[in-house]
Amino acid sequence: MASLTFTDLGVAYGGVTALANFSDTVKPGEWLCLIGPNGAGKSSLLRATAGLVPHLGQIFVDGSPLNIRSPKRRAQIVAYVPQSPVLPDDMCVREYVVLGRNPYISHFGRETKSDWEIVDDVLARLDLGTFSGRQLATLSGGERQRVVIARAVAQEAPILLLDEPTSALDIGHQQQALELVDRLRREHGLTVVSAMHDLTLAGLYSDRLCLVHQGYRVAHGTASEVLKAETLAEFYGVSVRVIHDADGTVVVVPSRIEKLGEE
Amino acid sequence: MHTDQVPTPTKGIIPARWWLPVAVTVACMALLIGAMVGPAGPTWWRIPLALIDRLPLIAIDSGVSQREWIIVWEIRMPRVILAALVGSTLALSGASYQGVFRNPLVDPYLLGVAAGAGLGATFVFTLNRSGSSSWIIDPLPLAAFLGGLIAVFVTYAIGVAVEGRRNGATLVLAGVAVTALATAVQTFMLQRNTDVIRQVYSWILGRLSSATWSDVRLILPYVLVSSGTLLLHRRLLDVMRVGEDEAVALGAAVRRVRFTVVVAATLGTSAVVAVSGLIGFVGIIVPHAVRLLAGASYKAVLPLTTFVGASFLVLADIPGRVLQDPSETPIGVVTAFLGAPFFLLLLRTRQMSR
Repeated sequence: MASLTFTDLGVAYGGVTALANFSDTVKPGEWLCLIGPNGAGKSSLLRATAGLVPHLGQIFVDGSPLNIRSPKRRAQIVAYVPQSPVLPDDMCVREYVVLGRNPYISHFGRETKSDWEIVDDVLARLDLGTFSGRQLATLSGGERQRVVIARAVAQEAPILLLDEPTSALDIGHQQQALELVDRLRREHGLTVVSAMHDLTLAGLYSDRLCLVHQGYRVAHGTASEVLKAETLAEFYGVSVRVIHDADGTVVVVPSRIEKLGEE
Repeated sequence: MHTDQVPTPTKGIIPARWWLPVAVTVACMALLIGAMVGPAGPTWWRIPLALIDRLPLIAIDSGVSQREWIIVWEIRMPRVILAALVGSTLALSGASYQGVFRNPLVDPYLLGVAAGAGLGATFVFTLNRSGSSSWIIDPLPLAAFLGGLIAVFVTYAIGVAVEGRRNGATLVLAGVAVTALATAVQTFMLQRNTDVIRQVYSWILGRLSSATWSDVRLILPYVLVSSGTLLLHRRLLDVMRVGEDEAVALGAAVRRVRFTVVVAATLGTSAVVAVSGLIGFVGIIVPHAVRLLAGASYKAVLPLTTFVGASFLVLADIPGRVLQDPSETPIGVVTAFLGAPFFLLLLRTRQMSR
């Protein structure tokens, strides 16, 4: 279990600020979900944490700064699932998942027996055991997402970053993928930071929401604290109804701005 | 649902662990056949006997005279060994370039490496007319290497500037442009220095047909360093297959890997081009044929490519040595004859899979 702390994190691309003065602490085992309109800076935060873009400010894991000089050490601590992962068509599932072991293999080294054991174990736990020899090109959307998550799990990193893990999936596979992440989080004590567009699902699965707008953190808290019609109207420019279910679920439903037949 | 589908067989009929021994055996057979074929010399079936006779502690009567043996050992063998080194290096470099550039259409030829190396060699010939015998290190391979290296980096820079890091045809087009430019500069220099045209052209066409053991000794160090370095990177090339971002997120030193692999592949290519002349398509045919048979993992592709490339060029050289009427068929003609249709087929299948 690891905590993740951002202090004054900033990301800029060629002078354009994508994220500014972002500070937050994700508790060990917590699932923080970043929400916000397109271009708000959610992906930048995740990419900076994964070491893919340079950043200002600092990132701490369990109080010690995340090492930017050693990509390998960082990859042992942080596993990153991008929004649209590259899955080489002619690679088989087992070959793909073993890439997650790269942080533990020396530069010119080979996978050891224990690396392959870990891979087979991960595949079994994600119900992918029968898939290990399948080529990635033959997988369906939901299966692909599970395989990508399997690679991240094989990384054995305490922190899991997910950039819109459900954007390409139908509602059934969205649920499956998020249930899987939740199960892994409980079983392995993973700390999860995800960026998501579906506000209802974000509220349903995460412990805490963080609303990012034009690079700034503008609201954070539980689903019922953040998902308010007026907040969403202000930052998304959207007209929604927010329904509070009896069991505490917050449902965000878009509403028609102009209803037919009201004229 | 896809789940109940039978897994696609990726490895074919022969189990994966047998591929490498099979490839090594085929390469040895190719070398042997190469040594057995050719004008003059002893009867073909006596040559294996003569080779066995040369092994320590074995003495059999092969019926090969000393004069005939000289034809085999001093004329045929250097050529066969040289063809094997050239073929394996071009094929291995091609596979490696395809890996780091994540582009299945590139090879040492299409990236402009060969033309750049030719330009580098032309510089040496024109600036150093008196010959390079007085130098401590032969400047020719070095100049060819630098020329090749500059060409591949220019090609890559253009490819990235135009198309970003997506894998597409731009890299190949950039290579065509760089090749055209290098060839143009070379032609210009030759026009100004007509006295070295003969030297330069014999360099470009290669001297596989007049190969000696000293040619083998000249390129062997470069080939060993280049091939060793590339083979060490085979697992990392698999990591790079998921793209730069994800490879970095997986802890791979992507830039260092790309730089080292490009330098090593260019070193090998430039060195062999210096003795073999410009031979196209080996770097594309061999890796793709290997992928069709043994799957796309570089852990399997790179070692196999090394041996299959060697076999391919040794065998492709045989028609040239047999069909000597009215004159010998250059090996580049044979590989282009096989390679050009193969390349078009590859383009077509890629287009269809989009």
